[in-house]
Amino acid sequence: MTARPPEARISPLYRALGDRLFVGVVLALCLLIIGIVVLIGWQLAANGSRAFAAFGLLGFLGGTTWDPVANIFGAWPFILGTLITSVAALALAFFPALAVAIFAVEYAPRWLGNVLQYALELLASLPSVIYGLWGLLVLAPAVRGVQQAIVGWAFEREMDWLVQILGVPIGIGMTTAVIVLAVMVIPYAASLAKDSIALVPSTQREAAYGLGATKWEVIRNAVLPYARGGILAGVILGFTRALGETMAVVLVIGNNKNLPFTVFGSATTIPSAIVNEFGEAQGLQLSSLLALGFILFILSGAMNLLAAWIVKRMSVEGRL
Amino acid sequence: MSAPVQSPRSFPADGNLRRRQLWNRVMLVLLVLGSLIVVAPLVLVLGAVVMKGIAAINLAFFLEPFRPLDEGGGGLAHAIVGTLLMNLLALLIGGVLGLAGGILLSEYPDHPINPTLRVISDLLNGLPALLKGLVVYAVVVIPTGQFSGYAGALALALIMVPIVLRATEGVLKLVPWSVREAGLALGLPRWRVILSLVLPAATSGVITGLMLGFARAAGEAAPLYFTAGGSQLLTFNLSQQVESLALSIYKYANEPSPLRQEQAWAASLVLTLLVLAASLLARWATRRWTS
Repeated sequence: MTARPPEARISPLYRALGDRLFVGVVLALCLLIIGIVVLIGWQLAANGSRAFAAFGLLGFLGGTTWDPVANIFGAWPFILGTLITSVAALALAFFPALAVAIFAVEYAPRWLGNVLQYALELLASLPSVIYGLWGLLVLAPAVRGVQQAIVGWAFEREMDWLVQILGVPIGIGMTTAVIVLAVMVIPYAASLAKDSIALVPSTQREAAYGLGATKWEVIRNAVLPYARGGILAGVILGFTRALGETMAVVLVIGNNKNLPFTVFGSATTIPSAIVNEFGEAQGLQLSSLLALGFILFILSGAMNLLAAWIVKRMSVEGRL
Repeated sequence: MSAPVQSPRSFPADGNLRRRQLWNRVMLVLLVLGSLIVVAPLVLVLGAVVMKGIAAINLAFFLEPFRPLDEGGGGLAHAIVGTLLMNLLALLIGGVLGLAGGILLSEYPDHPINPTLRVISDLLNGLPALLKGLVVYAVVVIPTGQFSGYAGALALALIMVPIVLRATEGVLKLVPWSVREAGLALGLPRWRVILSLVLPAATSGVITGLMLGFARAAGEAAPLYFTAGGSQLLTFNLSQQVESLALSIYKYANEPSPLRQEQAWAASLVLTLLVLAASLLARWATRRWTS
């Protein structure tokens, strides 16, 4: 009578079968993730296709009328509003973000650098609806005062064209939305810029110092060119965040979908239009909103892939 | 001995160098100013939330659900319950999916779907939360015919998945290969090695990912607007419409009544503390696995 080897008592479920089962479950869950993202794109496209079909792709994208009563839907005011607010917010945020990144890495003592790091993380983690609340109840009244002063000044000098461009100084509108967006975009752009500046090898700086450069010249000519990939990736990620930002914008932008937009006056973006019109939307209007969502999906998806590509290229070159 | 030889000491007085040093100083001032511009809004926003929140918060805020204004206005207990319930369910769904993705990317690095999964995860991470809510609306809310807490939790889970996935992948890759080899040499099958050796070694990193996901999702109002629908009733039943703190802030911000605006500030304070607690927990866990 031979003793059975111990392995034989172990059920096959534990060994090879168990392995296959485990990989199977993990793989199924991963395919589910991929499936969900495909579903998101497909659902938006399929549901929005009625709007594309009704007005034609270019007719929908370029149409300037959005009239639920007449059932005419054109997306141009929303696309324009989204692009203007996002680009303006980024332009406003870029230099402060770069400044804080440079200052935290190159100038600040260690403790101050850590404080700035915490501050950026905190800014990034605050819920967007809180920025919206602050923008509506605190920032907008303050901005209104400044706007009225500027418009009053232009009015006194009878510069009608300027008054036209500036628009109605009610505090709620394009300017306030851009300021709120800029505040929200800064931590994204700054953290990536900070990380990539910190990764610039110190030999790069020492070489520039050795040539007799001042501190600023070192930063300008030796550090920033080396870190530009990360800075660019941060800018693109910030842009993506600005594109899709919803609650903060919808509270402060005033939601006016009639072109032309003015500097101070109320305007609209794709996300704010979706939130605003969603409540009573049915039929063609609902599918037009989903078509707007599809445009946003394409825009932010493209921006994300671009940022990921830039970061990947940098790491291939050993820069990250 | 005609023209005086310029001594090296007089060299710094050269106009070009002086201009460069001046420029150096100007840029430092500009950088400090820029940094102050970045920190200022944080102080302003947090200051407003803390000051107005503390002034408005009271016991009724936590204990009472919505009441009409002429009955005292009530509190936001229904929103707090809804926020916690939906986020916990979302943490469960998003945690399982994100963990699975992280395990595949780290433990099976040669798997053919990995490049796709990585791109998809990046895409999902950058996708506006609004779109996640909109699609859950089209896929879940329209067919079932009603807004529900389950739909809300699903939308929040989609926000958490890429965050958990990336954190899990990162921390699993930090576990040395010798740990896996030791397990395999003892005759353990691969799944036991992953579940009993690799994951326990990486627990605190996984917790970091879960908490970061929670912190991000807890503050989202936009996706819940299309899925959970909002409610004025205190309910523990996620198959009904559910309120959340972020949704309440959005709704009350536009209310003319000062009481509602105060409640919005109080809700902002509670939400900020919730998000902050999750981030601190994440940071604490990170410190444990990096040290």
